[in-house]
Amino acid sequence: MSVTELEFQAQSAAGPVQAIEGRSQWRLTWRRLLHDRMAIASGIVIVIVVGLALAAPLFARLTGHGPNQLFPNTGLSVNGIPVGPGHNFWLGTDEQGRDLFVRILYGARISLFVGVVTTAIATVAGVGIGLVAGYFGGWIDTVLARFIDAVLAFPYVVLALALAVVLGPSLPVVVGVIAFFSWAGISRIVRGQTLSIKEREYVESARSIGASPWRIMVIDILPNLLAPVLVLATLSIPTAIVFEATLSYLGLGIQPPTASWGNILAGAQNYYNVAWWYLIFPALALLITTLAFNLLGDGIRDAMDPRTERLFAADTARRRLRRSKPAKAGGAGTADVAGA
Amino acid sequence: MAFGRFLIRRLLSGIVVLWVVSLAAFLLFFARPHNTVARELAGRAATPQTLQLVNKELGLNDPITVQYGHFLDRLVHGDLGYSFLDGESVNTIIAQDLPRTASLVAGAMVLWLVVGLGVGILSATRARSLFDRLATIGVLGGISMPTFVLGQLLLIGVFLQLNRHGFTWVQNGYEGPSQSIIGWAGHMILPWITLATVSAAVYSRLSRGSLLDTLGEDYIRTARSKGLSERRVVFKHAVRAALTPVVSQLGIDVGTLLGGVVVTESVFSIGGIGQDSVQAIVQGNLPVIIGFVLLAALFVVVANLIVDIVYSLLDPRVRLV
Repeated sequence: MSVTELEFQAQSAAGPVQAIEGRSQWRLTWRRLLHDRMAIASGIVIVIVVGLALAAPLFARLTGHGPNQLFPNTGLSVNGIPVGPGHNFWLGTDEQGRDLFVRILYGARISLFVGVVTTAIATVAGVGIGLVAGYFGGWIDTVLARFIDAVLAFPYVVLALALAVVLGPSLPVVVGVIAFFSWAGISRIVRGQTLSIKEREYVESARSIGASPWRIMVIDILPNLLAPVLVLATLSIPTAIVFEATLSYLGLGIQPPTASWGNILAGAQNYYNVAWWYLIFPALALLITTLAFNLLGDGIRDAMDPRTERLFAADTARRRLRRSKPAKAGGAGTADVAGA
Repeated sequence: MAFGRFLIRRLLSGIVVLWVVSLAAFLLFFARPHNTVARELAGRAATPQTLQLVNKELGLNDPITVQYGHFLDRLVHGDLGYSFLDGESVNTIIAQDLPRTASLVAGAMVLWLVVGLGVGILSATRARSLFDRLATIGVLGGISMPTFVLGQLLLIGVFLQLNRHGFTWVQNGYEGPSQSIIGWAGHMILPWITLATVSAAVYSRLSRGSLLDTLGEDYIRTARSKGLSERRVVFKHAVRAALTPVVSQLGIDVGTLLGGVVVTESVFSIGGIGQDSVQAIVQGNLPVIIGFVLLAALFVVVANLIVDIVYSLLDPRVRLV
């Protein structure tokens, strides 16, 4: 009878062992995320925004106002000034008497489309280039890393403007330009991670049994990168949305009359002293959406970081300490947390 | 001695960067649809003959190599050429625009470094306190806020309200500091806040994370166990080491900063390099575009040089090579 068997018997003799459920990394992350009220609220907000964007034609039919339909009689006051929020136009109208609410909903479609598509392109390109640069090293890495640095350091708004002028502003150009300036950040992180992961023993063992570089990259390295990439991708969506809005605001993105949050806000610029709603509502839509994505990305980042749990634990411990010894708080408490 | 060699090397590579950037801008212009400039000058109804004449006048009919030769020749003599549209010297335009843009960037930089680092240090030393939580939400709000939206909101919420109630210090547009410093600050205060907010948010977040990591190091524990005051531990021992990643971020962020400048100047009609460059790009005013692009590239090169020097001062392990 071996030692382990003895132990096993001793354990079973002591009574039924509480079953310890095996939890995968993803399930642990998910559990931590569910505890983050801010992240959950942001997720719900995002679902609502997406739902409203998808339902835009429905609302257009409900209100009877098309996104580009002019209402010179009901949508403008006698002086030709946009009318404010009310029963007929829920969020007021713009300077041409168009329904602002319907236009904001259609603008959401553009913003979300640009955000998601550019992020998808940038993620695939960023991960691919980062993996290749980090794994192969040598001159390939030197060239790619220089290129990544150059893209990151370039005054991208200026170059994006120039490209938009040269190619003519349109939705595909906007998507292409934003994607071009979004992959480099992802690439840099992926490259750095790949550099350290490829030195691990299990990668070496995969190589020694004859796995091809591509197989190692996709099967052995890539799964370890999913966590940081997911966070980066979530945070890249709001950046792309703001980028699109900025291009459209400067007149070089989505062209009117197609509604986009950026060009609605550009139009609002000349009316801010007579029609506050014209500026405030699209600005709110933009801000709420980007904030929700940023909060969610931040929540996912925290949930994936095993240190978060310890931070929470240290926090609770410190509070307990402070409650029991109110006189001796401060320096000592902080030192404990920092050392933990 | 080593520093002198470092400086020379960096200056030489800086000149190469400037040359590459100017070449790129030059080539990009020729990718544009033909005749844009001539049409802009001669009007939509211009006959082909007029367009030809305008092109000839501006030297746009010459082969691209000849045009580039002229351009380089002038550049070496410190002459950036003349605007296609009104014949104004690009040197004059830059001399007129630069103080405006410099006022904007310098003020905003002071603001965001003070606010960003201040909030970052306070959040890190009071991690998970109420202040830290509020700061985190504020930081995410700042990052989520598009620059042009913030500018417009400040216009409607602050500029308009204050002026309506007879408080006219806060103004739109630009006024040089030579007349009155107070008036200049009144014109610049909203643009400063607009440009600084995003960066302040990013920097407070970076410095918080970096300082939290540093405060967990063994040498900090040693410093504490020596009986040093908490203030001394944080400011003398931790902040200096924690600042190095923040400073290197400064070099990377110069490009983002230039984008912010374009937007901020457009919102507040400051009429500096950012606003005029949008106009020049839309109009296809090549000499002005290239002048601005060269200036921007020079700014990037110099800023990165300064960042590297500051970096070596902060972290004695880094050697300038």
